[in-house]
Amino acid sequence: MTSETKLVCRNVWKIFGAGARDRLRAGNAPDIEALIAAGMVPAVRNVDLDVRTGEIFVIMGLSGSGKSTLVRCLSRLVEPTSGEILFNGENLLDAGEARMIEIRRHQMGMVFQHFALLPHLTVLANVAFPLEVQGVDRRQREERARRMIELVGLSGKENVFPRQLSGGQQQRVGIARSLAVEPELWFLDEPFSALDPLIRREMQDEFLRLQAALQKTIVFITHDFDEAIRLADRIAIMKDGVVVQAGTPEELVLNPATPYVAEFTRNIARAKVIRAGSIMRAVEAAFPATTIRERATIAEAAPLFAGTGETIGVVDAEGRPSGILTRNDVVDLMMRG
Amino acid sequence: MTHAPTDRIDVHDTALPGSTGTRDALVFGGALALLLIVWQIGPGLAKWAFDYPKAWQIPAARHIGRWTKWLLDDATFGLFTFTDLTRFIAAVIDVPYRLALSLLATGFLSGQGSSAVQVFPPLSYIAVLMLVTLAGYYAGGRRLAVLVAACFGFLIVFGQWTSAMVTLASILVAVPIGVVLGLLLGLGAYRWPLFEKALTPLLDLMQTIPVFAYLVPILFFFGFGPTAAIVATLIYALPPMARITVLGLRSVPSEIRDLGHMVGCSRRQMTWKIMVPSAADALMVGVNQVIMLSLNMVIIASMIGAGGLGFDVLGALRRLDIGAGLEAGFAIVALAVALDRLSQALAQKTGAPLPAGKRRSIVARHPYLVASLAIIVVGFVLGLIIPPLQTFPEAWTLSTGGFWNEVVRWINVNFFDALEALRNLVLLNVLVPFKRFLGELPWLGVVLLLALAGYRLGGLRLALTAGMLSFLIAATGQWEKAMITVYLCGISVIVASLIGIPLGILASERERLWRWLQVVIDTLQTLPSFVYLMPVVMLFRVGDFTAMIAIVAYAVAPAIRYTVLGLQRVDPQVVEAGRAMGCTPRQILMKIKLKLALPEILLGLNQTIMFALSMLVITALVGTRDLGQEVYIALTKADTGRGIVAGLAVAFIAIIADRLISAGAARMKERMA
Repeated sequence: MTSETKLVCRNVWKIFGAGARDRLRAGNAPDIEALIAAGMVPAVRNVDLDVRTGEIFVIMGLSGSGKSTLVRCLSRLVEPTSGEILFNGENLLDAGEARMIEIRRHQMGMVFQHFALLPHLTVLANVAFPLEVQGVDRRQREERARRMIELVGLSGKENVFPRQLSGGQQQRVGIARSLAVEPELWFLDEPFSALDPLIRREMQDEFLRLQAALQKTIVFITHDFDEAIRLADRIAIMKDGVVVQAGTPEELVLNPATPYVAEFTRNIARAKVIRAGSIMRAVEAAFPATTIRERATIAEAAPLFAGTGETIGVVDAEGRPSGILTRNDVVDLMMRG
Repeated sequence: MTHAPTDRIDVHDTALPGSTGTRDALVFGGALALLLIVWQIGPGLAKWAFDYPKAWQIPAARHIGRWTKWLLDDATFGLFTFTDLTRFIAAVIDVPYRLALSLLATGFLSGQGSSAVQVFPPLSYIAVLMLVTLAGYYAGGRRLAVLVAACFGFLIVFGQWTSAMVTLASILVAVPIGVVLGLLLGLGAYRWPLFEKALTPLLDLMQTIPVFAYLVPILFFFGFGPTAAIVATLIYALPPMARITVLGLRSVPSEIRDLGHMVGCSRRQMTWKIMVPSAADALMVGVNQVIMLSLNMVIIASMIGAGGLGFDVLGALRRLDIGAGLEAGFAIVALAVALDRLSQALAQKTGAPLPAGKRRSIVARHPYLVASLAIIVVGFVLGLIIPPLQTFPEAWTLSTGGFWNEVVRWINVNFFDALEALRNLVLLNVLVPFKRFLGELPWLGVVLLLALAGYRLGGLRLALTAGMLSFLIAATGQWEKAMITVYLCGISVIVASLIGIPLGILASERERLWRWLQVVIDTLQTLPSFVYLMPVVMLFRVGDFTAMIAIVAYAVAPAIRYTVLGLQRVDPQVVEAGRAMGCTPRQILMKIKLKLALPEILLGLNQTIMFALSMLVITALVGTRDLGQEVYIALTKADTGRGIVAGLAVAFIAIIADRLISAGAARMKERMA
């Protein structure tokens, strides 16, 4: 993971209602109560975010927290009331209509909660649709679409219509379609929320497998904290249009910034979040033979203690020793829940 | 779990509306009492509040008359006049119409008038029958094929073929034009809010003005003939398509729209690749509506030169030949049923999966197209060799005309006294007193009462609409006739509701009864209204009672339909909750179902009023004295202004009723949501 940023979001506001722009211009921090009293809806309030190239950035919030509005601001499906959105350094809010169409056609992809498949088109035509819009010729776009359908494991369903598929399969079509243009930036708006729990789990695994192969920059929206923890490199938690806290899953669990965040993290087993690198000690004596990566979670490390001694070695991404993990520390952490 | 709150609110709220309801009742009761007091003591004090003074009248009829004359004679766009434009439109419509007519009915002719020689015969009846059967099979399988074949077979056997093909030709031209224009208007309204604001009242007027009122100007501008009839049909049949287009586009899920933007659709791609296909289901409902309304217009259109079945019915009506009228009427129904089912089946078929396959021959890929071409060619050749296959021999046709005439005569001979007694009883005890009551009400009081109702139900805007429109009726000197219209319409709507709502309640519980009732009301609605005027006139002679029976027969359909739909749409969970609380079936019906279905039933009432008003104009033919008669007189005198003013008055009554009831229903729904 490089630390280069792909998407930057600065002081972004979205206030629904007439005359919202004037109110923002008048003062830098408008009085929220007054806005609401005037019948306006401040859906996104002064949000700052950085999404790094190649990471999975999850925006998590309950319904009405503004997360869907925020992701639509990022792609300018919803026009932000004020602020800056820098995509590869270019401010999207200054882009004209033609430029925006250009960016969306070639650099962005989006997956929708209710799939948004076109009911009158076959699976193949649905996946090829973004390319058709660009004017790619039929043979070429169908070939690319077939590859994407194969990628999401739906080969053989090309000529079927969406309503003949299960929810999970429909969302695979949605994913294939969003990938057909090979976007740099991939938005997923609660992609698995409409699916049954078992299918959801399966789709999450599938998603991680895809991402391991594709290495896209991802903005992923969810209302499910477990899903966020499972998938995210970093999470931003939203409440009432404000980003309450942003950080790695580990940071959120170890140092929740507000009682609201703590409410979510309370029932998360720490062993599943905390990584070996966070509780390792300095190497004192001989480096143990059994090793594990720094980024592995404690839950993954624990089984390795069975049969070995009191310690296991921790290595960094290149395989160099960086510390040791002691049985006591691990047991201690797991006992605390 | 998520359903729990809805249950609770629903059950609670059905018990609640009393509080606001009582206040409304108080306000209206007070206003009504005041009105009655004024009515009793008023005439001596302020006569002008009762009879709108002649001196204050707006001479709208004269203005409109002068304006049409100006349009006709002087209006010009520089290069060409307004009349040139309308004549040009007529000529453009005439081209496809001639083609369809030649193909289906007259054959391709060379030369003019009676000296014309047929160069190429029309499609033989066998070929058309096979084509529509094939279309039925393609769209809906064997069942639909049989139904469509039966409908067209009826036309053949009862000797209605040529007329039916003339009618079909004009439908085939009017429907595509109506659909395309409606779609474009709808798209425009969807894209530009300002355009929608301008369009909506226009559509309201197009749907509520009686057709008779604009026949005269159409005659002036487009001349007498089938093309003028197609224009009139378009005005009548197009509004629902425009409305349904807007509704359909609005109900496309926002995610689908987002998708369109995300893949970078241009505006045109957004419209034609995303929005229109996604709204296809709704649009097909619109197409179906256009077809049905075009068929509704068949008879009236024949008054300005459309031949065909409508002309046959009209002729039979003038001769009071009930048998011939009924047969031609049923021929229209047969055509309507066939086209209705065909278009519905086609709508469901769009988007059905294609069999996956590699490259195949043309025949295998387009079996239906090839078969159709084969039928046309074979039909043509057979028609040349065997004449009875080209035109159905007259000797083979059936007619039940004599039978129907006999039935009516028999009833008249045997039951005349009983029918007469019934008629007099209702007339003397119900119709006349009600008519007198309405006639004596002060116009000012009624205007104010309507405005008050508007204010209570929908705020200042609605108050202004109701007040202004009713005032305009008075100010153009139509008050007296308008009151007669309201009386006839009101009585008929009450009777229709008294029959329709209980029937609907029964039918909602009994699936079988509902299926039968559906057939009956579908027939009542598609059977041209003129047709059942005839037997009623023969049984009860001309007059208000006859008009009432005809109106009730026509307007009872929506009362039944909406009641059943409203009751069937009640959330089954609420009913279950009621049963769990130990409600008896009667309590479930009275305390839960009817209360929840009330907004829907109100909308049904609204439709009943609209149906009644549209029928009212037609009953002018049997001698009522209302606005319909005024419109009809204007039509026979070709007095544009008079007809349009009276027509507008009818439209205003319809709009006032519609707005007030819709607002009431909306408020009720809101309270329950």
